Amino acid sequence: MNPSLAVIFLTLFSGAGFGLMAMVAVVNDFAIDGALSPLRTAILVALALLLVTMGMVSSTAHLANPKNAWRAFTRWRTSWLAREGVFAVLFYPLAIAYLGWVFFMNNDRDSVALLLGNVTALVGLITIFCQGMIYACLRTIRQWHTPLVPANFYALGLATGMTVLTTSRLLAHRHDLAMVSIACSLLVAAAVMKAIYYFWIGAPSGTTLQTATGFTGGRVRLLDQGHTFGTFLTREFSNCISPRRALNFKVAVYVVGFLAPIAILLAATHAAIGLAVLLAPVLAFIGIGLERYLFFVEAKHVVNLYHGRMPGPLPQMHPALRAGAKDTVPAGKRRLVPSYDER
Amino acid sequence: MRLGLVIDLDTCVGCHACATACKEWNTSSITAPLTDYEPYGKEPSGVWFNRVRHYEVGDYPNNKTINFPMSCMHCENAECVTVCPTGASYKRPEDGIVLIDQDKCMGCNYCSWACPYGARELDRASGTMKKCTLCVDRIYDQALPEEERQPACVLACPAHARLFGDLDDPDSVTSRAVRDRGGYPLMPELNYNPTNQYLPPRTRPAIPTSDLPRGSLARKVKEWVNRVIER
Repeated sequence: MNPSLAVIFLTLFSGAGFGLMAMVAVVNDFAIDGALSPLRTAILVALALLLVTMGMVSSTAHLANPKNAWRAFTRWRTSWLAREGVFAVLFYPLAIAYLGWVFFMNNDRDSVALLLGNVTALVGLITIFCQGMIYACLRTIRQWHTPLVPANFYALGLATGMTVLTTSRLLAHRHDLAMVSIACSLLVAAAVMKAIYYFWIGAPSGTTLQTATGFTGGRVRLLDQGHTFGTFLTREFSNCISPRRALNFKVAVYVVGFLAPIAILLAATHAAIGLAVLLAPVLAFIGIGLERYLFFVEAKHVVNLYHGRMPGPLPQMHPALRAGAKDTVPAGKRRLVPSYDER
Repeated sequence: MRLGLVIDLDTCVGCHACATACKEWNTSSITAPLTDYEPYGKEPSGVWFNRVRHYEVGDYPNNKTINFPMSCMHCENAECVTVCPTGASYKRPEDGIVLIDQDKCMGCNYCSWACPYGARELDRASGTMKKCTLCVDRIYDQALPEEERQPACVLACPAHARLFGDLDDPDSVTSRAVRDRGGYPLMPELNYNPTNQYLPPRTRPAIPTSDLPRGSLARKVKEWVNRVIER
């Protein structure tokens, strides 16, 4: 799939914003590390709103005809995309009401504040679920058609949100051990869930060029894709990544997105590292942004079968027509997916 | 009523006449135009509703070239319609044709992600998604003679490899062809329940190559002379 920056930013930033709101509510509900001060609650809710807005605004860059974007809320009965829009819009008045109450009453512990905070957090969490289901409901893309997708969106959103929240507290004082341990646990849980996903998507799909053309009795290969240059289908669906490059990216996701933030948060609780603690959320965003890039570029739409482009890094063209095509796997290295000729 | 196409892979010669006829009709039809990008440039590209691909099936000597036209399958279980957040995509209850309301589409590409057959293409010029309309503006046009009330691709096909009809009616030409020839849908495992069906190539006896007649005495002499005389 085409890893469009607009959609990467939408899911990354709005997921973190909703996760931050949820963790603000949790921390205030259970008075973890003495709860947050009303001012800090207000600042963090404003930050959550900013993150969600950044995501929503960047998502409109993905629309080819944004003047009709207001219609995107109408089909919530069937479309997860419409549901996401409805809940994201519902989040705003609730979050602003909570922010106003906490800021002007200067109290985030009374029953109205707790009620508003929890309802807002719940709407944010429902939005994350809808966001995950946008991808998980597509039967055309096996890498997305799994319950692990919304589960990963939850884990990553809560982990980034808690990293932001913990960082804001660590900037003020250091001995928030409960908060740091929650942030680290969420990061570890997100890393483990993402690892399950990465193992899961390695399994082959049931749909092949044979079932796609109906010739299930013999080998089918593409002779000619019928167009001389790129089409909408090749631009939107043909992006792919070599297994080797994907592996390097995954290592980077784990080092930058999970290990580095955990290390920085732990370091900040035990030593005075000052503003360097800000690196934790920044690196988490970079690492999880990379994860989101992989989420898109590793997804293989079944329409690629008709172009002879699935599975494997090279187009499955007839060998005689493949003149000049360079293999992405260096000679001598065993490839993860056997090439056309080996099969 | 469930209108759709039946495509005969036995007779399709892969001439792309259906694709060009489709482009010609629909570029001035209800979702017009089908924009071309750089039509006279270095890498021409554009919006098409119907694309013909070519495959080789089986291994030599039992191989065969299959020309494979594909357009919208007008699925019974059209997920492109259910995922559409704006309501621009819809399936007509009266005849099952899947259409896009160009005035409502916001160009989010989500329906094209949901379509396994690559039937939907975004027009970058209008910013809206476009797709096969089954020539809805031809098939009901009372001004046309009755035999021309068919999709442009069906009328253009020189090999009669495309049939148009109601697949709910057991006596229609399409239903008969599917029944007689063992027509099948594409990617049935995804359960989109496509209306369009494909007819497999007829099985024919293999052309013998090993038991050719030995030939007459004159032919044997001629072959012997050919062998001994260097040219």
